[in-house]
This record gives sequence, C-alpha cells and structure tokens, in this order.
Amino acid sequence: MLSQVPISWFLMLSAALFATGVAGFLFRRNIITVFMSIELMLNAVNLSFIAFSYQHKQVDGHLFAFFVMVVAATEAAVGLAIILTVFKNRQTLNIDDVDSMKN
Amino acid sequence: MQLWLIPLLPLAGFAINGLFGRRFSKSLVNLVAIGSVLLSFAWVLKTLYGLGDLSSAHVEHYFTWIQSGNLSIGCDFAVDRLTAVMLLVVTGIGSLIHIYSIGYMAHEGGYYRFFAYLNLFMFFMLTLVLGANFLVLFVGWEGVGLCSYLLIGFYFDKQFATNAGNKAFIVNRIGDFGFSLAMFLIFINFHSLDFATVFHAAPGASEATLTTIGLLLMVGACGKSAQLPLYVWLPDAMAGPTPVSALIHAATMVTAGVYMTARSWVIYTHAPDAMHVIAIIGVATAVFAATIGLAQTDIKKVFAYSTVSQLGYMFIGIGSGAFSAGIYHLVTHAFFKALLFLGAGSVIHALSGEQDMSKMGGLRKKIPWTFVTMMCAAVAIAGVPPFAGFYSKDAILVAAHAQAPWIYWVGVITAGMTAFYVFRAMFLTFFGEYRGHEHPHESSPVMLIPLGLLALLSLGGGYFFRVPEFLAEFFHAGPEAPEDFTLVAISVAAGVIGIALAWVMYLVKPGMADSFAGSVSGLYKLVYNKFFVDEIYDAAVVNPIVGGSRSVLWKVVDAAGIDGIVNGVGSWARGVGGVLRHIQSGNIRSYATWVVFGSVMLIVAMGLAGGLIR
Amino acid sequence: MDVILFLIFAAIALVCAINVVLQSHPISSAVSLIGVMGSLAIIYLLLGAEFIAAAQVIVYAGAVMVLFIFVIMLLNAGKETTTGRSFMSQLLGVPVLIALLGLLAFLARHMYAPDAMVHFGGFQGGSARAIGAALFTKYLLPFEVTSILILIGIIGAVVLARKELD
Repeated sequence: MLSQVPISWFLMLSAALFATGVAGFLFRRNIITVFMSIELMLNAVNLSFIAFSYQHKQVDGHLFAFFVMVVAATEAAVGLAIILTVFKNRQTLNIDDVDSMKN
Repeated sequence: MQLWLIPLLPLAGFAINGLFGRRFSKSLVNLVAIGSVLLSFAWVLKTLYGLGDLSSAHVEHYFTWIQSGNLSIGCDFAVDRLTAVMLLVVTGIGSLIHIYSIGYMAHEGGYYRFFAYLNLFMFFMLTLVLGANFLVLFVGWEGVGLCSYLLIGFYFDKQFATNAGNKAFIVNRIGDFGFSLAMFLIFINFHSLDFATVFHAAPGASEATLTTIGLLLMVGACGKSAQLPLYVWLPDAMAGPTPVSALIHAATMVTAGVYMTARSWVIYTHAPDAMHVIAIIGVATAVFAATIGLAQTDIKKVFAYSTVSQLGYMFIGIGSGAFSAGIYHLVTHAFFKALLFLGAGSVIHALSGEQDMSKMGGLRKKIPWTFVTMMCAAVAIAGVPPFAGFYSKDAILVAAHAQAPWIYWVGVITAGMTAFYVFRAMFLTFFGEYRGHEHPHESSPVMLIPLGLLALLSLGGGYFFRVPEFLAEFFHAGPEAPEDFTLVAISVAAGVIGIALAWVMYLVKPGMADSFAGSVSGLYKLVYNKFFVDEIYDAAVVNPIVGGSRSVLWKVVDAAGIDGIVNGVGSWARGVGGVLRHIQSGNIRSYATWVVFGSVMLIVAMGLAGGLIR
Repeated sequence: MDVILFLIFAAIALVCAINVVLQSHPISSAVSLIGVMGSLAIIYLLLGAEFIAAAQVIVYAGAVMVLFIFVIMLLNAGKETTTGRSFMSQLLGVPVLIALLGLLAFLARHMYAPDAMVHFGGFQGGSARAIGAALFTKYLLPFEVTSILILIGIIGAVVLARKELD
C-alpha cells in the first residue's frame, strides 16, 4: 500500500498551496512579494491540472499546465517591468503608498 | 395613366420652393409654383381625355401601405366620373388662384413660403380626391387641414391669425374624430377600407350600422365643411391672405366634406335616416349663416358666412338624395365664390388693406374691372337665370321639395337672404360715395385675368358644364322628378326680391338700413355678434377644458407625478452610487480582498448550481 | 515508497510556501519559492508528467525566479516595513482565507472516490512525444496564439522598462 498515493492528497496539497498564496497576496505589503504569491498560486493550479490529467489518463491536463506556465512567464516579465516603472515614479515598493486613486 | 403625377407635381413644387425658395428670385418661385400646378392641370386633362367615358372606375395600385393581420391598405388612386369633376375643379381653379396670387402677394413677406404651402395644399387635396380607399382620403383630409392651419396663420406675427389657425385645426380635429370612428366601424363591418369593396358590400349590412356610419361620416364632414355646430372656424379663417380664403375656404378644402359624403352615396341611400339628418343640418346651417351674413361689415366675413350657407345648400342636396345636384352646386359655387373672394381681394388690395365696408363706397368708377367681374359673381350666386348659380340651386331645391317640402321653403327664404346680403355688399362697396381716405387703384392684369376667366365661368359655367347629366349614371339616379315650373319660379322670385330689397335699402334710401337696425337694436346686436356662438363655446367648452388641464393634468399628473418619478429615479441612482463608491478606495489590498471574496462567492455559486454542494 | 516520497516533498513544498509568505526580506521569499518549485517538480514526476517537470525546473525555477531575483537586486529592495494596514484586508482577510481553504478541501474530497490511486509509472502519456503530438495537432491554435502573446509581452516589457533618452 505504500506505493499508492490517493489522488485527493494531491488536490489537498494544491488547495493548501493555493490558500497560502492567497494569504501572501492579501497580507504582504511589498509588491514583489505579492507577485511571488501570485506565482505560488499558479503553481498550485498547475499541480491540480496534472493530477486531473492523471485521473483521466489523458495528456490534455499537461498541455493546460504548459500553457499556464507560458503565460505566467510572460506575465512575470511584464509585471516586473511595471513594478520597475512604479518604482521609478514613486520610489517605493509598498503597495499601500500607491493610492492616488483614493477618494 | 400615371395618375400619381397629378398630385406629385405640386408636391415637387412644394419641395423645391420650400427648400430653396429663399434664394430664388420671385420669378423663379412663380415659375416653379405655377408651373407645377399648370402641369398638373394639363395632366388631368390628358388623363381624362385618354380615359374615355369613365363608366367604370380606373384604379391604379401603387404599393401596399399597411399589411397587418386582416388589414390591408394599398396606396391606390382611382378616377371615375365624380373624381373627374373634382379634379377639374381643384386643378383648374387652383391654377387661376395661383396666378392671381402672384399679383396679390407681390409686396408681402414670405413670398416663397406662401407658394410652397399652396403647392403642398394642392398635393393633399389631389390625394384626397384621387384616393381609392378611406385611409388615403383621410391622409389628404388631414393634410389639407394642416395646410389650412399653415396658411391661415401665414402672418404668424399677428396673434389673431395664429389663433385663427389653431381654431381651424382644433375644430377640424373634432370632426376628424367622428370620421375616424366611422372608418373603424366600416372596417369592422366590411373588413376593408377600399371604396369598391365597401360600397359593394354595403347594401347587405344592417340599416342601423349604415346609419351610424353615415352619421359619423357626417360629423367629419361637419368639421371640414363648416356645418353646424363646427362652422366657427371658417369666419375666423379670413385672417389668412385672400387667395387662401378663395382657394381653401371656398372652392376646395371645405368641399371635401361634400365630396366625401357624395362618394359614400351607397351607404347613405341605404340609411335614409342619416340622409334626413344631413338635410336638416344643411338647411339649418344655410339659414343660420345667412342671417349672420346680413349684418356683417367686414367684406370677407360676409363672404365667409355666405360660404357656410352655400355649403349648407350642398348638404341639402346630398341629404335629399340629389347627389349630382349637390356636386353641381359645389362646382358652380367654386366658380362664383372664388371670384367673389378674389374680387374682394382686389378691392382690399386697391384700398391698401382696408376690409371694412363702411369705409368703402363708390368704387365702381375707380376699379371698374373688379366691379364688373364681381357683379357677374353676384348675379350668379343670387340665382338669377340663366347664370351658373341658378341651375344648381334650382336642382337642389326641387329635389328637397320632393323629400320634405319644409326644407324647400326654408331654402327659398335663405336664397332670398343670400341675394340680399351679396347685393348689400356690392352696393356698399361699389355704389354711393367713397367714405374712406385711401387712393384706390386698379389691380394689375395678373390679378384681373383670373377674375375675368372666373366671371366667364360664373356666367356660362352652369349652362355649358352639364354636371348632373354627367354624374347621373355614376349615382344611379332614378328618373328625374317632373320639372315643376312653379317651384323654380318661386325660388327665382325670392332671389329677385332679395336684390330689390337690397337696392332699396342701400341705394335708393341709404339711411333706411341704419334706422331699421336701430329699431330692432337688440336683435341686430345679436345677429351682428354672430349670436355669441364663439363666446358660448368659450365658456361652455374651452375654458373648462383649459382650466381642468392646467390644474389637474399639468400640476398634478405632469409636474408632481411624472417629474417626481423621473427625478426620483435620478436621485435614487445618485444615492446608490454614493454608497457604492466607497468600494473604490484607492487601496490595492482592499481591491485584492474583494477579488478573493468574489471568487469564493463564485465557487460557491457554481458548486451549488452544479450540485456538488448540497 | 511513493507515499513516503510524496509526503517528504509535499512537506518541503508547504514549508517553503509558508516561508514565502512569512519572510520579511524579498530575497528570502524568492529563494523559498525556488524550493517550492523544485519540490513540485518531483511531485509532477510522481504523477507521470516528465516533460512538465523538466519544463517547471527550466522555465519557472530557472528563468522566472532568476528574473525576480534580478529585479529585487536591481531595486535594492530591503526588509519590509510595518506601516499602516488596509481596513478591508484586516476585516475580511482571515475569514475569507479560512473559507477558501475549507471550500477547496471540501471540493477536493468530494470529487474523488477514496480509492482513486496514484503510483509512479501509472500514466505513461506524459512524455515529450505525447505532449508534442497533442501540441501540434489538437492545440495548434493556442500554441500559435501564445507565441504572439509572448511577443506582445516582450514588446511591453521593453517599452515599460527602457530608460528614457534625453
């Protein structure tokens, strides 16, 4: 029995990683840390895709994960470029200080 | 046969003059306006010549206008003998009046606008006459009402002119309501509004239905043709320029009611009660208007009341079953009434705008041509044989006698009064000494030639245009009543007595009229003030409606209710927005929290919908 | 054997993930995230996703995280300061988090029969050949579209981050 892992464990791991990502997304103040939490969430989702793909014995889940990875990479590049611009203009990495839309 | 060209040529004239007339020279405006009407007249002649003897209707179907369930209305034009008569009158007299207007309106502002409106009126009137179903007729009916409003209020900077235009339109609308109800009834009973279909099926319907339809159609005719009790707009309509009074309120628009009832003769011959009502309305209007005409001092008002009275005669004819006699009187009336109005216009033009007869007199030497032509019209309207009015009036009175002798006798009295007031007007205007201060000058030939042509028609038109024989076959007229010579003689005698009385009272003994008026001063005041009918209507109908509108409909329904709802919606939206805008706090982390919150809600919703969470 | 492997690397992934969130210096968070990605790669291998595991290490850990570390060092990001908090995240944040976790766990449990099992080698279809075959036949359009997306991303990043010539 030690050679078989129930699929639901993988999904629960994915859920836990996702929730951790959400926590970082909500509670951290540094923009870059927030971004990294987003990457964490994406990874958690990738895990669940692969798990489902195993369950149905089809390769489509792998392809979804592949595309998620591609898009995440692109998003990271563009997002970091935006962070650079924000830093250039505001001299701060604290998202609470980027509030010129307030009221 | 391209019937559509007949109304469309004046419409093109309206479009060109209306859109570009402001930049045209006067002669170009004239060319477009008069050219379009003359071309239309020429096309009418060509069409009638090509159609032969018109024993059956020639119908042209252009396109299906309304197709909805059972209701199928086409834009159809038809020509039969009745239409032919009306077409000739409308385009012929219309052309003459257009030519006359060149001279009359030469010094007025808004020259191109006048001709544009006149052309538009011709378009609608021709549509009315050519229509082959009730709805196309109604389009023309409403359209001429609109043009009447536009032209009466032509001097739009004068309050009394715009008021008169409003009055004409509103009173007409009351009649149109009756007409609409009649059309609804016709459609319910006969499932069509086509003349051919309806008149084919009419004999089969119940008499009560036909009577109701006939009476409702008559309500419409009362509005448009100024019969009791809806005649009040016609005297006020004299506020418009005189060619308008001649064309619209004498020769063409007001005859639309007569035409419409004559067209529906099949309905009326099977509803004798409705016909009797028409005859009574006609005779009552005729005598009522004639009495008012006796005491008026404004020359145009005399002729206006005369028009109302003569229209009453036409309805006597229709109501007595003598449809061709009624139409015959329509034709001859168009000749001499148009002439009387145009002549009055010439007099007014000569006196630079004076319309009060007490300031005229002795003009026959100063404006001789106008005098001669108007005299031709006066003898025609008085029913002196062998001129035009004699034949038509005689035909109507003889037919009325066959129906109900009392109508004949009242008609005879009215004929006497007609002759009296027309010649009173002539004597006050052209004879005696000039009582005014202006310098009368004769009108230009462009105004005199139409007067001359109309004079010839008034004199000889009755003899040469044998309308009753032409229309007898159309109306399936029964055998002619035997020509009763005594009846004819009595009506002619009444006319002659009227002329003689006017001659005595105004020419031989000039002061006799005033002293007579003084001796019956109460009665005279009543007649002079038109029996206070306008004031009665104001107090009984107009003021309550206006007051009710103001206090209830305006203040309560509109201002409080509708505005309250609309503004309430606005302020409610603003309130909601004021609350919701706090979501937009400018803080990125709160946005992030909302995003997660929203996605949790979404997952729950999808789970519930998908049955995963029970 | 598989269970033990799974447990070890799941634990490493979870610990590193919590570390990402809890560390105050961004560099530490980035390094922890690299740890998460590595452990996830091993778990992918357990699930038979060879290609994806390799791609995870090469692309994610090797390129994206390196990019992150570049930017952190470029901006000289220091320890995070503890200044004011957002009211909304204080109020709603923790409950929402717990709700999310509970919800996902619930769904995960109920979507699968308890005896659906994974063992290493159970799924052979995750090879590069299989992925390539699907990518160039069934998923050709998304493939082309993502290539355009990457192009747009490159252009965007270049435009945003370039130095203004004065």
